[in-house]
Amino acid sequence: MSLVTTIYTALFYFATAILLVGVARKIYIYASTPAPLKIPTTPAPTTRSGVVYRMLKEVILFESLFKSNKWIWLFGWTFHMAMWAVLARHLRYFMEPVAGLITLIQPIGIYAGFGMLLGLGGLFARRIFVERIRYISAPSDYLMLLLIIGIAATGLLMKFVEHTDVIAVKAFTLGLVYFDIQPMPEDPILMVHLASVAFLMIIFPISKLLHAPGVFFSPTRNQADNPREQRHLSPWAAELEKN
Amino acid sequence: MAKAKFETPELKEFPEIPAIQVGAMAHSKPFFAKPAHQEDLGFPTELPDDWKEIVIAKMGELLKKYRGLQVYLDTCVKCGACTDKCHYFLGTADPKNMPVARQDLLRAVYRRYFTFAGKYFPKLVGAVDLTKEVLDDWYSYFHQCSQCRRCSVYCPYGIDTAEVSMAAREILDSVGMGQKYCNEIIAKVYKIGNNLGLPGPALIDTMEGIEEDVKDETGIDVKYPVDVVGADVLLVTPSADFFAEPHVDGLIGYGKVFHEAGISWTVSSHASEAANFGMFIGSYENMRKVALRIREAAIELKVKRIVIGECGHAWRVAYSFLNTLAGPFDFLDQNYPIPQHIIEVTHGLIQEGKLTFDKSANDHLNITFHDSCNVARASRMGNTPGGQFRLPREVIKAVANNFYDMAPETIHENTFCCGGGGGLLTDDLIELRVKGAMPRMQALKQVVDEHDVNHLVAICAICKSQFSKTLPYYEFPMDMIGSLHALVSNAIQLGTKD
Repeated sequence: MSLVTTIYTALFYFATAILLVGVARKIYIYASTPAPLKIPTTPAPTTRSGVVYRMLKEVILFESLFKSNKWIWLFGWTFHMAMWAVLARHLRYFMEPVAGLITLIQPIGIYAGFGMLLGLGGLFARRIFVERIRYISAPSDYLMLLLIIGIAATGLLMKFVEHTDVIAVKAFTLGLVYFDIQPMPEDPILMVHLASVAFLMIIFPISKLLHAPGVFFSPTRNQADNPREQRHLSPWAAELEKN
Repeated sequence: MAKAKFETPELKEFPEIPAIQVGAMAHSKPFFAKPAHQEDLGFPTELPDDWKEIVIAKMGELLKKYRGLQVYLDTCVKCGACTDKCHYFLGTADPKNMPVARQDLLRAVYRRYFTFAGKYFPKLVGAVDLTKEVLDDWYSYFHQCSQCRRCSVYCPYGIDTAEVSMAAREILDSVGMGQKYCNEIIAKVYKIGNNLGLPGPALIDTMEGIEEDVKDETGIDVKYPVDVVGADVLLVTPSADFFAEPHVDGLIGYGKVFHEAGISWTVSSHASEAANFGMFIGSYENMRKVALRIREAAIELKVKRIVIGECGHAWRVAYSFLNTLAGPFDFLDQNYPIPQHIIEVTHGLIQEGKLTFDKSANDHLNITFHDSCNVARASRMGNTPGGQFRLPREVIKAVANNFYDMAPETIHENTFCCGGGGGLLTDDLIELRVKGAMPRMQALKQVVDEHDVNHLVAICAICKSQFSKTLPYYEFPMDMIGSLHALVSNAIQLGTKD
């Protein structure tokens, strides 16, 4: 086994473990921390199904962001939706035979890469040129965008400029899935692409990328507005009543 | 106190997002609480030597007690959607008044002491060490947030700066850095029963005075009862309603509504306060202690219903928290919402045709309505979402002919805070209050120019006091602000439904 193959194999198992364990740990923390008071931002739905509908609008349409700022919404929504399409397309590297649905979105998935770049570029430009957003940006905020821009750009390079050996790539990724290690193609662009993806997976649970699981636990968005109908009491608040 | 020197913001033709002015409001901070009041609330009286450890420990405790805080400190992506949403930013241009920047004051310390990235790569992720300067910055800027939740409406994750600001104030209290205005008032509630320190006998006097005034004006014996055991309704209203202008005209209106509907009611000298400043300082324990007085009064007076008067944060505490803090209320009449807003009562009676009005009594007024932030974004009225916008407007339209809403981006859940909420309604913060009122004044000016509006109605004691003070800075008459139930009071025809 070549050194590159060893490193990338180890890297991906490590990154996957960090991502899964790290996010699971955070989800456990979010889920087990009580929200002692009813604080939905009103007007809010009064039922559980209403809350599901509100949350779906939030995570699929980015409803609040749309109300807030049309430019951020345009760039942010374009980036995220394009990213889902690209991620879905990449599932083909982890299955054989490729599912019909994945084959179906393959053409969309390819061009969605440009959508990602467009959205990310817009967000990056705003971070630099809008004074207020520049003020609130830390170095990591810029670097995070650059990292994902790098991932999208190297991906597009391999598709449209310097083709990589996708058959070999798929053999490598399938090998990871089935614990049957195959050689990693030593294509520099591919190596940058995959190293960046692994790095993103590693920092996911220790960075603002936690917004992805976090939004589902936001009490202002996931609580039903029914405090008069149903008494809401957290365990630590119930303790106070014993005194 | 030295006379505050500052420029009142100019009202432009169209709302503008100001260019940032770093440090523009760094000098603004409220007076510190006196040791006696800190003690009354169970907080230390001065900064202890080991304050750093206490702050970090307190932050850790709050992160475990409040999921909102934990999620909000983790999830912000610094997208900037909230940066132009805070009335204090729009009025002061200080970048630390942008909601995300305000949260970051706390988040930077959270990252440094509680996250991997902040522990090992602080500069990279904007994490900072906890220093006295940081603590002072917290004191200054977490007392420039009125906890109005406007930012939370627009945040893609619903991050609520009010929650962050409450946590920060609780941490500050835990190291002896309490705020005078809030803590002094909470201490007064414990000792006397209300924010204004109005003792029982004075309350009875005041209510008798109101009875006489109403009798002189209408010729009818409308009762304003105190501590009547066995009344149907316990009315809990902000104590400003007992004598402050224009609040008291609202109280007069509540009494007339009850009288006309034949509902027996009383206020309680034990719970003569709907306000609950325990919420402003983020202290669950203090908020609960204040709220329990309402339960105690309801039991003592053997009432069947609890009705809350016109007050924004009080309605939030009552509607959203009272059942949690002081429930269950199984001893009350379950046929009525517990608690019920006075507007829900009046609105219901209007629907049932139990009240008669002469709308022309309000014809001299061209009216607009200010949605109070805590009513708009943290509570509800009626059975359907958005009732908190619909009901007050329907009552106004039932008692008056001339009503004009302000611009849609400044009402309903988009409403701008009056600038004095969240425990900031104190003269030591007058510059902040005047500047923070700017966006609301801007929207008001528009309807004044377009529709000759001459009357601004609010349903919150803080809004009413704040506008009385700040309207003149923007060259509006001070008495332009009024209570919603003052309009009801003007138009109601007493003695027509016997």
